[in-house]
Amino acid sequence: MPDAPGLELIRGEIEAAYPGAVVDSGFAQERAVLSIDPAHLLDVLRWLRGRPGHEYKFLSSLHAADYLPAEPRFAVHYELLNRDRVERIRVKALLADPGEGALPELDSCVELFPTAEFQEREAFDFFGIVFRGHPDLTRILLPEDYVGWPQRRDFPVGGEPVTFTYNERNYG
Amino acid sequence: MADALLGEDRTTEVMTVNIGPHHPATHGVLRLVVDLEGEVVREVRPVIGYVHTGIEKSCEDKSYWKVIPFVERMDYVSYFFQMEAFCGAVERLVELEIPERAKYLRVIFLELNRIHSHLVWLGTTALDLGAISMLWYCFRERDRILDLFEMATGQRMHTRYFQVGGVIEDIPLGFEAKLREFIRDMPGRVEQYQALLDRNEVFLQRTKGTGIVSRERLLELGVTGPLLRAAGEPWDLRKAFDYLVYPEFDFKVPVGTVGDNYDRYRVRVAEMVESVRIVEQALDGLPEGPHIADDRKYVLPPRSELSTSMESLIHHFKLVTEGYRVGPGEIYYAIESPRGELGCFVVADGSAKPARVHFRDPSFVNLQAFREMSLDGYIADMIASLGMLDPILGGVDR
Repeated sequence: MPDAPGLELIRGEIEAAYPGAVVDSGFAQERAVLSIDPAHLLDVLRWLRGRPGHEYKFLSSLHAADYLPAEPRFAVHYELLNRDRVERIRVKALLADPGEGALPELDSCVELFPTAEFQEREAFDFFGIVFRGHPDLTRILLPEDYVGWPQRRDFPVGGEPVTFTYNERNYG
Repeated sequence: MADALLGEDRTTEVMTVNIGPHHPATHGVLRLVVDLEGEVVREVRPVIGYVHTGIEKSCEDKSYWKVIPFVERMDYVSYFFQMEAFCGAVERLVELEIPERAKYLRVIFLELNRIHSHLVWLGTTALDLGAISMLWYCFRERDRILDLFEMATGQRMHTRYFQVGGVIEDIPLGFEAKLREFIRDMPGRVEQYQALLDRNEVFLQRTKGTGIVSRERLLELGVTGPLLRAAGEPWDLRKAFDYLVYPEFDFKVPVGTVGDNYDRYRVRVAEMVESVRIVEQALDGLPEGPHIADDRKYVLPPRSELSTSMESLIHHFKLVTEGYRVGPGEIYYAIESPRGELGCFVVADGSAKPARVHFRDPSFVNLQAFREMSLDGYIADMIASLGMLDPILGGVDR
């Protein structure tokens, strides 16, 4: 991973190119983390991917997380990797909850990293985060007709009623 | 290629065929919706989620030490890797250093698990391709590994052997002798597998030149592990990143040349031999000392102390009832599983339960390459490619 001055240099260069894009930067558990404004997500990812001298070309993983009750509530993490220098950097796009009924939206990075296709669908499936421009944003692991976003923190464990048809029929 | 072979009699009507979810050739509960033109695959859509059990959600409701048996059941063939990914992530969150002996023991069990996983893959994939005797030979050796697991941990599968801080118990008396016997036999057994398959005409025709995806495309799709190495990219997290004690061992990273199904087979078989070498070196260099960290805030005190020490009893009670608390933080810890980069992402919020556990499962990501492996090939090659992809649906669906 880039060291602390290296991370600040990256932050400075991105801010020069896209003012307001980087919200915060720092090290968390020995990992360089750039927290960014979701409006500039694609700019930042494209910059990190293509900028000579940085070239984080491999997206290892994409995770969504719900930080209820914190604000902004959601974050999507992009674990970028430069395989030549063996350096990882995490880009964290902070997403506010738009409130009743509406879903948080973010640009899809499938164009830049085709590997994100399944992983963005997974984040949509469990957190209800909409990735604008995704080629096929449908539920991936849950049934198509499922209602709700089960990995959000306000969705209770065991919130899914299980009907035992045998018991219903014989003892119900 | 297939177009030319089909000649003039080819039928141009496209037929949609459903394969699975329950079919032995899908290696689990995977459904494939395939558009066929004659016998040629024109489109394939994998449909997954049939064994989704919400493990990640369940983990959020369990204290850290109770999460370990849950994550083991995701990718049920490489359970030691799941444990290492999770325990390693938590250890890094709480900055707990594990003893040298524990690192060596972990490497021994991880590499035995890698051999075990590759044996399951080889047996079942060869079975798909019509070599039924391979299944018995592979499962014979797999059983010896399971015997070793049982001897050390009490369980053949889902052992819950790794703990945050080390491993739960030291290896028992007689384990070393039994393991050395296995190390002595295994390379010869791998030669037997190769003798059966390497020049087997049917096997060669089914695997040579099928399922090729270029190295660049595999990297774009995020494919890692033996699939990527078979395409000629020597990328192995055991070499690239410094975790456990892998830098101390002398082992090679097998790579292929063209990246067809035959290369995938060769890479995995060569990996088994390398894993045997790592196990042998780890056993030779196994240091004396404690097998688990001596930190009572995270690690259970030894059983013998409970009847004499009030302090230990309190720690034991606290650890078992509430569990330990982990300060706020986020971590992504990735290791090289038999299928590629297995990453564990943990968000801690300061309580005794993780706020989020997410696994970057290599089968899930690798499955994205399946479409390109199968397009415009015969449906029989698609089955071969699926076997060589080696997805574990428990890991895909979680």
